[in-house]
Amino acid sequence: MQIMWFTERAYHEADDEKNLALEYEVIRKRSFYGTPNTYFDPKRGAELLNMYLDEKVYSEELGAFDALMLNEHHGTPFCLGAVMDVEAAILARITKKVRIVLLGNPIPTVANPLRLAEELAMIDLISGGRLVPGWVRGAGSEQLANNANPAYNREYFEEGHDLIVKAWTEPGPFRFEGKHFHFRHVNPWVKPLQQPHPPIWIPGLISPDTVRWCARKRYPYVALATYPEPTAELWRIYAQEAAREGYQAGSENFGYMQPLFVADDQKRAEELGKRYLFGGHFAHFARPEWMFPPGYNSKEATARMARQFANPNLPGHTMVAEWQENEDVGEVRKKIYDRFDIAQQDLQMIAGTPDYVIPRLKRVMDVLRPGILSFWIDGPLPRADRLKCLKLLATDVIPTLRAYARELGICDPFERKPGSVPLAASGRVEQVAWPELFASA
Amino acid sequence: MSAGNGRRRGPSWTQRTRRVGDLDLIVLEMGRGKPLLVLHEELGCPGPLAWQASLAKSRKLVIPLHPGFGRTPRLEWISSTRDLACFYARFVREQSLAPIDVVGFSLGGWIAAEMAANDPALFSRMVLVGAAGIRPPEGEILDQFQLTGQTYLRASVLDPASTPEFTDLYGAEQTPEQFEAWEECRAQTARVAWQPYMYDPSLPHLLEGVRGVRTLILWGEQDRVVPRSAAEVYRRAIRGAKLVVFPGSGHRPEIEKREDFTRELERFLG
Repeated sequence: MQIMWFTERAYHEADDEKNLALEYEVIRKRSFYGTPNTYFDPKRGAELLNMYLDEKVYSEELGAFDALMLNEHHGTPFCLGAVMDVEAAILARITKKVRIVLLGNPIPTVANPLRLAEELAMIDLISGGRLVPGWVRGAGSEQLANNANPAYNREYFEEGHDLIVKAWTEPGPFRFEGKHFHFRHVNPWVKPLQQPHPPIWIPGLISPDTVRWCARKRYPYVALATYPEPTAELWRIYAQEAAREGYQAGSENFGYMQPLFVADDQKRAEELGKRYLFGGHFAHFARPEWMFPPGYNSKEATARMARQFANPNLPGHTMVAEWQENEDVGEVRKKIYDRFDIAQQDLQMIAGTPDYVIPRLKRVMDVLRPGILSFWIDGPLPRADRLKCLKLLATDVIPTLRAYARELGICDPFERKPGSVPLAASGRVEQVAWPELFASA
Repeated sequence: MSAGNGRRRGPSWTQRTRRVGDLDLIVLEMGRGKPLLVLHEELGCPGPLAWQASLAKSRKLVIPLHPGFGRTPRLEWISSTRDLACFYARFVREQSLAPIDVVGFSLGGWIAAEMAANDPALFSRMVLVGAAGIRPPEGEILDQFQLTGQTYLRASVLDPASTPEFTDLYGAEQTPEQFEAWEECRAQTARVAWQPYMYDPSLPHLLEGVRGVRTLILWGEQDRVVPRSAAEVYRRAIRGAKLVVFPGSGHRPEIEKREDFTRELERFLG
């Protein structure tokens, strides 16, 4: 099992009062996206970006993580990693062994796939072949932040992907004339170290279209903290599509990101775990017009959404902010914190001591058998607690999980190539998820 | 049919299908008389509206439903308003409608202006109502893509509560069907008008070459969608164009100042 960890690299003020002003603004806007950047203090930004890089180095030194995961968002205080490749390039040089997993580059908003192919190739070269690229369509707001036409989002994504892989694998110079991207002389003079190209993983929230596309491409699909039961359904959709492609999907095809916080003390862990719900869980603060710009969703998704703005990370809740514009921050925080017990119970957040989190993580593994497991550590957390959490994971949690993965026969994408297991001659598709084990435990 | 959910008033539309290339274009027709081409706005074809019923007493309204805006299928190759205008130019020629009178609303006004700029012989009279297509020298075209469909609609009239036809169409709670219909229209509007947003910088220059199309420009004085300054650019660009501004109206004088609007329209169309 490939084990990594992730954080959004949120902007938080060190000073409580300043931070409160920022939180009020987010609540007034009912959205992280769109919060005016007048709240951004460059000195604090510099501190934070370096702190996040230092954490990555520290976690490598702990020796337990296989990989470090990054993502990218634009125009929002919950993620300072606006150009993830910059961070990845630094990590390529200052880390030694861990894989650098990018989940992922938003192809439609970058809008220059050839440039992406070059950036990523350079990161792979500098890191000595440790890059795992991944691509996303980008959230709705990213399209607005970059003026990328959302109605062509999936077309940009698929065509851009095709060009990147072609630029890496086919001899240049060649000509690429797509519907959206036109390069009449493709001949990048940097190509990835990993041949024919680095392994590609694709993250997602709940789109069956993306899942089927991954299955056709034989790319592992990494579900980003989605509720276990619908996630299990996505695994089933993936396996069905894989069967049509003639292969049996298995743990090597699946990854899962789990929100988590570990501390020595259960109460402390829970107190800090709650902060993820407020500061890390962007779906609490998002406006529909920015999340779902026109044409961003397929017709089917729009039809579903017309009936319910379902939140894949929070069952029974909508994707959009349920607060009023002028609600008191304390009140809103209380409402969110009141959900903490339910989130814990549903494993949408696992916060506790190593003894508390291990059986629950095992249950996630029982249900989803992920070949890739990512821990999502977020929220306005004191630095010492973040580092302590990483340390406890490394010393007290990960070794047990690795042993359990072996027990379950979980293979990761490096142990068994995704798409390499032929479908049974009978055509029978083997089970890939065990949602019944979620409720029973 | 309508993206609204309101009551029907007066005569209703007859739905026809017209073949244009390999597409079945859905065309709504209403009334009898000399044909009048009506090009609908970016959120679909609301109605039937009272002004249409009034015009339909003496004219045959021909209202094509734009490809990709819901009921007429999308054409993959249409990726700009100019493409859409060229498509409609073919429709007008092949249906032997030229020279026809045209009235276009908002995005539909932009389509009409593009058609006139490309081939003035298509039209004898042209009416542009709150037409998009030109970058306003003062103010900005309201960014519908950063608003929900419903919020955009509400911004399109000055006072929804005192606009009965608006209340009829959109007053109730948004239905899932409405939401889907608007999203379909918004997606296709994004495909043709994302950037530059809702205008083409070459249009005013091309319009300067138009001859022989009598043009009436109708605008709500308090239009919050396409600022009035764009109307002036249209007026200056199109030789002989007349501009009528309705005080106390937003982007939809056809329902906000229905009587004045219908009077101006009927007088102009003769």
